[in-house]
Amino acid sequence: MTLDDVAKAIEGAVLVRGNRQDLRVERAFAADLLSDVLSLACNDERTTLVTGMVNPQVMRVAEILSIAAVIIVRGKVPPQSMVEYAEDLGIPLITTRKTMFETCGLMYASGVAACRATAASEPRSRP
Amino acid sequence: MTFHIRAGDVEHGGSASAQIKNELMKAGVDELTARRAGIVAFEGEMNLIVYSADGGTLSVEVERDAILIEVHDTGPGIEDIDLAMTPGYSTAPEWATDLGFGAGMGLVNMQANSDTFEIESKLGEGTTIRCRVDRWASGRTSREEGGS
Repeated sequence: MTLDDVAKAIEGAVLVRGNRQDLRVERAFAADLLSDVLSLACNDERTTLVTGMVNPQVMRVAEILSIAAVIIVRGKVPPQSMVEYAEDLGIPLITTRKTMFETCGLMYASGVAACRATAASEPRSRP
Repeated sequence: MTFHIRAGDVEHGGSASAQIKNELMKAGVDELTARRAGIVAFEGEMNLIVYSADGGTLSVEVERDAILIEVHDTGPGIEDIDLAMTPGYSTAPEWATDLGFGAGMGLVNMQANSDTFEIESKLGEGTTIRCRVDRWASGRTSREEGGS
């Protein structure tokens, strides 16, 4: 799905468009605690984050994890510092008034899949 | 690189780690390794901010086949390391959980993203965590399941 497809599906608005015209939202993960986001497995996929957190720290986490896009739920308004950070990083921001549960449900019904694994659930292997 | 992290400095929380990830990528470290090192650094940085008495240091060294990360503080120390390593266990104060910290996954995430993980802690003296993240340069065996 494109950013606009996602925004339409969750009745949201694209606040920051980011720097990738070809971006597709294919997989997503939802969490309201930073370390839960950081428990995402490091693999080759680019996950979209659904969250109610609105602070610069969540963008730093998005930066570290190479998150594809951040979707802010429950009608929260991100502070200007977060918006500017997202613009600098080129990471899209979408806002919606829907709850996290509803947002996830609508995205899932539209074909967005779950992220593949979290680090704790992924079997550890060595080179 | 060594960063001095101040206790309670939530505002800048994660900024050293975001910088570390970017510096690693600039130094030619592959993206997945930089992400893993970034996660380890971020969790270490947050632990210093939320739990340390007087802040501490976050140090990163780039070696030919690994990234070494050390997090050090001078207290208060961890009473029961096994308990602290239990997924979901957290002693985060309310001000921290309100901001999205305290999932009880910090040390778990550090270990999950490290190839070797050592933690030493003594009550009243402090905690030192040493993590080694092996580099996954392109061409080496992928650690990814499915190898897609």
